[in-house]
Amino acid sequence: MQAQYVTHYPLQEKPLFEAGERVRVRNAAPPGHIRTPFYIRGCAGEIERLCGAFPNPEELAQMRDGLPAKPLYRVRFAQKDVWPDYKGSPADVLEIEIFQHWLEKT
Amino acid sequence: MIQRGHHDMGGLDAGKVERTEHDYAGWERRVDALVMLMRRHRLTVDESRKNIEALPPEAYDRMSYYERWVASLAQTLIQRGIVTSDEIGRKMEDVCKRNT
Repeated sequence: MQAQYVTHYPLQEKPLFEAGERVRVRNAAPPGHIRTPFYIRGCAGEIERLCGAFPNPEELAQMRDGLPAKPLYRVRFAQKDVWPDYKGSPADVLEIEIFQHWLEKT
Repeated sequence: MIQRGHHDMGGLDAGKVERTEHDYAGWERRVDALVMLMRRHRLTVDESRKNIEALPPEAYDRMSYYERWVASLAQTLIQRGIVTSDEIGRKMEDVCKRNT
């Protein structure tokens, strides 16, 4: 099923990644409200698509407007890369929406 | 610094998920209504979550869903200057007296 992303915010920040590109989630632990799950930090995956620009939740949490909106990507990970003891099919994937400032080139 | 927030438990063992339906108590409905009203004043789910995630781990585990919501809402009302800690504190004392 194709998820639909609806956003009314313009892409003011230049998207740095394209669909199919390999990326790694930054292995960071900043204070505050963070939407990037702990278990995925440091993992490498592939950009599935650019979802558009969305207000930064880390700023929204602190009662600010979260603007300019940040590029958000759907990133696809192989389950076997995320869970060392994964026993399912090697073809299984996990997709997570992650903001651009949490991603870096591999 | 804190590496992994207590709430950020994806991938950790957490036992079996108990799937139960329940009716919402009157106070739970009121908490929900208050949060929805605050959403009209730009309360975001991120701000609510920030205050829930700030709960001590022991409280986070012990409290029910709407207990966490109301604790978070109280923090938001104080942080936004809508009420003071003293006002909430005195009201809580009044309510406790009413129930004894």
